[in-house]
Amino acid sequence: MRRLFLIAVPYIWLLALFLVPFAIVLKIALSDIALAIPPYTPTLDLSEGWAGIRAFLSGLDFENFVFLTTDDLYWRAYLSSLKIAAVATVITLLIGYPIAYAMARAAPEWRPTLLMLVILPFWTSFLIRVYSWMGILSSEGVLNQFLMALGLIDTPLQILSTNTAVYIGIVYTYLPFMILPIYATLEKMDDSLLEAAEDLGCSRLEAFWLVTIPLSKGGIIAGCFLVFIPTIGEFVIPSLLGGSDTLMIGKVLWEEFFSNRDWPVASAVAIILLMILIVPIVLFQRNEQKAREAEG
Amino acid sequence: MRRFSWFNATSLTLGFTFLYLPMILLVIYSFNASKLVTVWAGFSTRWYGELFADQEFLDAAWVTIRVAVFSSTIATVLGTMAATVMVRAGRFAGRTLFSGMIYAPLVMPEVITGLSLLLLFIGIGLDRGIFTIVLAHTTFSMCYVSVVVSSRLATFDRALEEAALDLGCSHFQAFRLVTLPIIAPAVISGWLLAFTLSLDDLVIASFTTGPSATTLPIKIFSAVRLGVSPQINALSTLMIAIVTVGVITASLISKRAAVAQARDEQAAARATA
Repeated sequence: MRRLFLIAVPYIWLLALFLVPFAIVLKIALSDIALAIPPYTPTLDLSEGWAGIRAFLSGLDFENFVFLTTDDLYWRAYLSSLKIAAVATVITLLIGYPIAYAMARAAPEWRPTLLMLVILPFWTSFLIRVYSWMGILSSEGVLNQFLMALGLIDTPLQILSTNTAVYIGIVYTYLPFMILPIYATLEKMDDSLLEAAEDLGCSRLEAFWLVTIPLSKGGIIAGCFLVFIPTIGEFVIPSLLGGSDTLMIGKVLWEEFFSNRDWPVASAVAIILLMILIVPIVLFQRNEQKAREAEG
Repeated sequence: MRRFSWFNATSLTLGFTFLYLPMILLVIYSFNASKLVTVWAGFSTRWYGELFADQEFLDAAWVTIRVAVFSSTIATVLGTMAATVMVRAGRFAGRTLFSGMIYAPLVMPEVITGLSLLLLFIGIGLDRGIFTIVLAHTTFSMCYVSVVVSSRLATFDRALEEAALDLGCSHFQAFRLVTLPIIAPAVISGWLLAFTLSLDDLVIASFTTGPSATTLPIKIFSAVRLGVSPQINALSTLMIAIVTVGVITASLISKRAAVAQARDEQAAARATA
């Protein structure tokens, strides 16, 4: 009885507020847009019994998905989201690895402080961290003023409202997610392995490449997934820092829903976004499981 | 011996400058007298005054705090229950689905969570407002809570609970008197995490709210959409200050607790020796 209650309460909550809504999205993705409230058809009318259910099912089709393949806006948005996420992940790795490495090499008494300094931005509002770049990157912003004072440029650079600003925003906000897992693997590393490699004739750089990098592979992979997966569906960064030509699927979905009021197409966009995400998510889970098995 | 070279020092300096400079600039410019947010015209607290005089911001802050308190509290209860199920309940029908539903919201893009919940609320004819945002926030943050709590529960020694049961505790008493105090740090960090996630959320709240309830992130987003605003700089500075003080206090408290625990354990070890 007690056990049943313990299982049932969170189970029912998640069924009602996670799984059912998701089924509704799938259903609306298969419906047609209509000038009605709610703005789609068919709606399920259970009062008519079987006839109602049959009429409902016959109204469903894959039209919206076909529509997504004919309008190349969606293709380009998916591809461009994947590209932006992939490039941003690589840049975040290149910036995050040296920081994680230096943290792991710092004196032990310094490490908790450094770790807290990496975690602190994570507790600060995501929206504010993205917003803080608007004042820096705008044409009369801090960065342009600085570069012009140095005499490096004569006219302000247009950075805000371009993809460059989107990359900066992603790298900035997701950097802690890259640093933490890499730091966790590097911190556990046994230094005598490096000494052994050097005794056996490796140069420092070779030892780093042949010993440190392979040993931190788990952290690198975890960090890359933690940046890549959420970036694909990102909305806040492209809408605040990107321009009208910045195509990201989260932004397209938002606009399809709030500006075009086309719920069926917005739902179809959501379903495909999720199908794209399933591959990296499954790979990530497998990587985590492998790491757990290796540990215990 | 670990080597700490100039290269490491440079990467740390550059890295932390990159992480902190934007926020430091935001704080500095919030005290700028000029309305042109990028031209420095002397020190002023004018924008803070305007911020506190703006009823819309105060209303939005109050809505946000209420949503965060309610959703994180319910999420902590549900998340702790879910964690107990995940770690303790063993096999039951639908367990795979259950753990799937716990982990999926963690990686689900916010636009999809928001869209799906909005379609549900419209489907069942629920009036959108504070209540629906609380439902939405509870649903995704309970998953975070359950991940945090279950990692603590997994290392928990069940013998302690069995001892309490042997000594005459009811199941609920054993949980309240033995289990809960031991997993309390994880439950508290789960609550804090849920609270922060709720305070921070723009996308899901935008989808699930109605005209009656505007949260602070929604208000900030609509204010900065068209460019930098000095009032938002002031608001951001206040939020950064609150978070910084909160995190530093929490880490000092947990450090002191760790020291106290170590001392108690030493004393116990001496007493039994």
